[in-house]
Amino acid sequence: MTNQIRSKIWQEDPQPDNHFATRIARCHGFDVYGDMLGKATWAEMIYLLFRGEPPTPRAAKLLDTLALALANPGPRDASVHAAMCGGTSGTPAAAILMASLAVGAGQYAGGREILLAVRAWAECGCHLQAWQGHLAGPWAAPTASAWPAPEHPPGFDPHGVSTTLIVEQALACLSTLSPGPALPWLAAQRRELESLTGLPLSLAGVAAAAFVDLEFSAEQAEILYLILRLPGAAAHALEQMDFGHKKFPFYEIEFETKPVSAIEEQPR
Amino acid sequence: MKGPDFLDQCVGKLRSSVGGFVPGSHATLRGCDLHEEFRDAVWMDVFVYGITGRRLTAAQLRLLDTIWAYTSYPDSRLWNNRVAALAGTTRSTGVLAMAGALAASEAAIFGGGVYTAAATFIQRALQAITSGATIEQVVRQELDSRRGIAGYGRPLTSKDERLAPLRDKVRRLGFEDGAHHKLALEIDRYLDEGRWRLRINYVGYTAALVSDLGFSPRDYYLYGFSAFMGGMAPCYLDAVEKTEGALFPIPCEHVYYFGQPPRAWPSGSPNDKLQE
Repeated sequence: MTNQIRSKIWQEDPQPDNHFATRIARCHGFDVYGDMLGKATWAEMIYLLFRGEPPTPRAAKLLDTLALALANPGPRDASVHAAMCGGTSGTPAAAILMASLAVGAGQYAGGREILLAVRAWAECGCHLQAWQGHLAGPWAAPTASAWPAPEHPPGFDPHGVSTTLIVEQALACLSTLSPGPALPWLAAQRRELESLTGLPLSLAGVAAAAFVDLEFSAEQAEILYLILRLPGAAAHALEQMDFGHKKFPFYEIEFETKPVSAIEEQPR
Repeated sequence: MKGPDFLDQCVGKLRSSVGGFVPGSHATLRGCDLHEEFRDAVWMDVFVYGITGRRLTAAQLRLLDTIWAYTSYPDSRLWNNRVAALAGTTRSTGVLAMAGALAASEAAIFGGGVYTAAATFIQRALQAITSGATIEQVVRQELDSRRGIAGYGRPLTSKDERLAPLRDKVRRLGFEDGAHHKLALEIDRYLDEGRWRLRINYVGYTAALVSDLGFSPRDYYLYGFSAFMGGMAPCYLDAVEKTEGALFPIPCEHVYYFGQPPRAWPSGSPNDKLQE
């Protein structure tokens, strides 16, 4: 066992009088406070952290635009709904984000959907025939894990009817910024893929293709997608905190289970 | 019916199969009046009924309680407990500490990430043995299709100090003749005597025990969620009652950096660079 943390990402030089205080902090070799501040953007820093090199101007613009597209899923989204449950009831800020992350982690418009979709890109690339095989299912390896089996092809909306305008707009804009190959191919083949699934492309599907073009791994894409959707969750939670719980839906309940006596139940 | 027509049916209403409460009147849990049926119940009884829909015997509930109790280590070095303790040293709240630590218990190498696989393995193994397979065949098939056997082997040490006291408790409560339990120990002997040197771990052992209670892999996974919780509150308290920032301070030289050497950031903003 070691007391050392190993890192290729971060290097800190200590203050001469205190080795618990930072004099210089470098990210993949770049002096963050002495050189990057004022020059680099947030998107460039994020790219650098994950990929280890500064992005090309085009990749930086693509990531920045993707971050904007994902920044607010809106109050109807389940992950934002979860954040608002924390907000309306007055939980600590971290609880709001933890609630949003837990819900936004799933396979329905969540982080896990991105992971599975990026893995599908690795498997299928820009080959329609490969996608045809993949989209037939089962969409994830059948291993015994805590994740439920996927119920729809990742990147498509299981309740959708037609491609939404915001998905079309996001795909069109991101495709023009993309160095390729995934986003332009997706834009060209969208209708074909949608006819294969019988479902419209979702914003998660566009985001997954963008992460592929940014050369993020499936795991990197999953975790960054979780981060990038938090701003909206936070803003909506604070808004509901101001309004209070009496102005937040509580909903009706309908009991589907008829009363039974649990006492009479015997162990199997 | 699908798409928006289907979703329209679900708007504004909770259709619950598990119960809920009628404010000022009563609460139900899977069809039972909570305050009537569980008037004298212990919490584990309610918890397991909520998961499985079944009431267990007092001995079975004692077994489930003991499984949690014996792994309640107040050791802040353990990765999940460390989350609770670090929240203490940073003066966060106790609930955030515990919730973060519980979430961090769904790990790939211990806890939540292994429960489903371990229970699936032992239940599948018993089915195979009942159908005539040998332990050797079951083990080889598992090792061929996966890198290891869920529930066997341990990240820090091969000997699991929780097993002897739990086996003693299992004997005293009368659960040692369960089919999954006996098979799990036979597989342990086989793996130990073979070249693998794998021993059964706490998850493997408890997965077999709860399988004998009729738990599905998902039942076990949900029941196991709080297994480490008993050790977490003390870890938080120990840190929050000591000097802030004093738990696991890391001096700069304790980060071994092996990345790029110092270099200069390319000048110009992305927008400028795009226009160039």
